[in-house]
Amino acid sequence: MKTFQGVGISAGVAVGPIFRYESQVIVVKEAFAKDPDVENERLQNALHQAGSDLDNLLQKARTELNTGSNEAEIFEAHAMLLSDPDLLDQVHASLYDKHYTAEYAWYEATEYYAGLIASMDSEYLAARSADIKDVAQRVLRILVGNNNSASKNISVPSIVVADELTPSDTVAFDKAKVLAFCTRSGGPTSHVAILSKALGIPAIVGIGPWMDELKPGTEAVVDGFTGKMFLDPDEATIKKFKETSTLYEESFRKAMEKTHEHAITKDGIKVEVVANIGGLDDAKSAVEYGAEGVGLLRTEFIFLERGTPPSEQEQIDIYSEIFSQFGKNPVVTRTLDIGGDKPANYLKIPEEMNPFLGLRGTRLALARPEVFETQLRALMRAGIGYNLKVMFPMVGTVQEVRSVMEHVRKVKNELTQEGIPFEEKIEWGIMIEIPSAAVMADALAKEVDFFSIGTNDLSQYTLAADRGNTNVVGVADALDPAVLRLIKMVIDAAHANNRWVGLCGELAGDGLATPVLLGLGLDEFSMNPRAIPLVKQHIRKFTISTACEIAQHAISLPTTADVRYYLKSFL
Amino acid sequence: MESLVIKVINKVGLHARPAASFVKKAQSFASQILVENITKNSDKVNAKSFVKILSIAVDHDNDIRITADGDDAAQALQGLKELIDNNFGE
Repeated sequence: MKTFQGVGISAGVAVGPIFRYESQVIVVKEAFAKDPDVENERLQNALHQAGSDLDNLLQKARTELNTGSNEAEIFEAHAMLLSDPDLLDQVHASLYDKHYTAEYAWYEATEYYAGLIASMDSEYLAARSADIKDVAQRVLRILVGNNNSASKNISVPSIVVADELTPSDTVAFDKAKVLAFCTRSGGPTSHVAILSKALGIPAIVGIGPWMDELKPGTEAVVDGFTGKMFLDPDEATIKKFKETSTLYEESFRKAMEKTHEHAITKDGIKVEVVANIGGLDDAKSAVEYGAEGVGLLRTEFIFLERGTPPSEQEQIDIYSEIFSQFGKNPVVTRTLDIGGDKPANYLKIPEEMNPFLGLRGTRLALARPEVFETQLRALMRAGIGYNLKVMFPMVGTVQEVRSVMEHVRKVKNELTQEGIPFEEKIEWGIMIEIPSAAVMADALAKEVDFFSIGTNDLSQYTLAADRGNTNVVGVADALDPAVLRLIKMVIDAAHANNRWVGLCGELAGDGLATPVLLGLGLDEFSMNPRAIPLVKQHIRKFTISTACEIAQHAISLPTTADVRYYLKSFL
Repeated sequence: MESLVIKVINKVGLHARPAASFVKKAQSFASQILVENITKNSDKVNAKSFVKILSIAVDHDNDIRITADGDDAAQALQGLKELIDNNFGE
């Protein structure tokens, strides 16, 4: 048995034989035809056929993808290319002026535009260039009479391994025959990532180094949760993952039935399970999956993709609508958390060598007080009658907290003087995601009402590894003992000062971490809405004293691998 | 012939879905409509051609000039401006 580590981009587990999908790229050489009218008619027929194929694909995508998904629109853009006036003019001209065959005229024109657009040095345009080639190949397959798309050769349910998968490829597969997708490259935002998640098929990207070993028919296990792939797995591994796969679906279904009940430990301690959300749609799905409030409301969506900052009233309207979904349940709202890597030109963030170590989060808020204070005013005014808590992102020092709270006092005074009503009982907290903040937690606890630990950034900054970088996969692991020890420091310091602590990184939704976090004394678990049912169910399995023992042992272990191995026995 | 200059504030510029919406909108008018990316000093291209709109690589914050010629030129400019101002309905 061999183990490979890729990047898991779509959750779930699959066991089965490998199917190597080679997208057959048709390359056309310069060729001439006698009668341009005949060639033109062949081309028109092929375009027509391709159009109706795309229609069917669009219907299939709409049925199979979750409702509300924008992904089906990829195919609408494809259809648009089939009737593009300038593209067709060029093809037409080479049919009649140069007497090219339909194949070559079409191939040459589409290659020209794909090349032109790919040369623009933009990630978005590179993807559009791939779209043009995808459509070009669809038409060529019809023209040369090779309509047997390789995806139709799949006979038994398989793990599909490919260099890359176009959107057409991904959707064209018979879903009953695809157990998982694995591709050489690609990231969490690639088409295959978005589509496989929407289709609910486990997927891994970044298996490039081992592609040659993945022979067709070889048995393999794909773990979309961890990004691991096992080749020629032994009986025990297969059995384990087959069970995981059925268990996962079965237990999710069961957990859903009880998700609107509280998460209470075996010894009767109620644990708060809340959701991370980034807008009104999320708010609704959070309620549906059983969230008892919100542990992280990201407000960036209000500030991005616009030319001027949002007005106070605009923000009040948005916040009120979201708060109203949760009634008396807490809504922890995070103030603007952006930096030089996100576009919001009106904030005039200078170009930086390393935006992740630059002017971002609370540092940016302090540098742009007018935007920050408008947000504070809007939150305080919208919060009337709700259980609002506000927290500040990317805080590294006590001085920053004091400066921030100075703005809070100033805004309160102004509102009072203006006679504008606002919510008086707001709790104020900070995110702990910079290692310095974790180390100084005892001092910080005296300045604020609560902490929320952001484990994604905390582990990246602690281990100095970018989680999205495939060269350092698995380094920035929130279950690394170094990160766990920091979490313990933060919780202990907070409790010593009578403050509560939440955790809103991915770790909160990872069942493996549940007993450790419970045992370390975490007060609030905040996660993606979909993770809530299973984590609630998991919390119900432990007593606090068992969890304490597990946590103590876990943080004493020397490596991440040891921690993960130890914790697996409690899943 | 009428024309107007507008700043594209959408995050991804005229690249992905917004480019498709823009072209679709342009196609709904009879006028001939041309677009140039002023910021990048591009050619004037046919607003009804998806590949041409992509080829002028309109990024976030670029200024574009739209020129329309025909009976519904004024409506066309108005329609395209509204689309951009409303952030492509996103």
